[in-house]
Amino acid sequence: MTVTSSGTATLTLPTDEQILITREFNAPKHLVYKAWTTPELVKRWWHANRGEVTLVEIDLRVGGKWRYVMVADDGFEVGFHGEYREVAPNERIVSTEIYEGLPEGVSEEEGGTVNTVTFAEASARTTLTLLIEATSKASRDAIIDSGMEAGLQDALDLLEQTAIGLR
Amino acid sequence: MARAATTTDAFNAVAEPRRRQILDALAGGERPVNDLVRELGLAQPQVSKHLRVLRQVGVVHVRDEGRQRLYRLNSEALKPIHDWVKNYERSWSERFDELDVVLEELKQKEEGDDGDE
Repeated sequence: MTVTSSGTATLTLPTDEQILITREFNAPKHLVYKAWTTPELVKRWWHANRGEVTLVEIDLRVGGKWRYVMVADDGFEVGFHGEYREVAPNERIVSTEIYEGLPEGVSEEEGGTVNTVTFAEASARTTLTLLIEATSKASRDAIIDSGMEAGLQDALDLLEQTAIGLR
Repeated sequence: MARAATTTDAFNAVAEPRRRQILDALAGGERPVNDLVRELGLAQPQVSKHLRVLRQVGVVHVRDEGRQRLYRLNSEALKPIHDWVKNYERSWSERFDELDVVLEELKQKEEGDDGDE
């Protein structure tokens, strides 16, 4: 059987307003791009084992909108939406992202992030790089808050579920 | 991009690369400020400025011993960051693990379509 797990994600905080996530996949980049941009496929992986992805809308063109909604296992609904700013098929996507649970008084403009995902292939393997840039401290804090919401579930539970879930 | 003028919490405090270097150096134990100046290759006022920020958010503690100022890491103050980073990282790791499964299927489907199997 093919080993599906190709590596672990690494996360760094290059500056005050940036989060950088990198991960290698055992697949060519056109497939990683496909899985990243096809709504039915996004629904299958974006849940992070924390709930069910109930909506994925992707209008993949410059100026096109996207929206993801997930209902977490505790019933809490989280939504994210944004707009595509740059679309280079199989290479790179730049989009804005707004967490729909922003604290009161934080405007979408100051609460958003700009996300750049790049797909780089070498020897039929793909390195995916996701750079999340907050536009202000308020949006950085919003990312932190949204991460906290998703993290209500016990860590050990998650590990166990993943081990079972990966066939 | 305009940057926040004031560093108000531990997240901001450790987001600066030089300050992370200081924390790395202090991870090995308590150090006098001169030591840190030498190790970072920065001017003393700059190092002092970074240390002041780290002290303000409680990430480092300081004490005087004779003529030396000794700095040490207060890992307790770093825990919220550690927890958050670990949680966020785990969230993405979980997604990517699921993405692996999807990709395996896409690969097999593509091979099937090519008539290779």
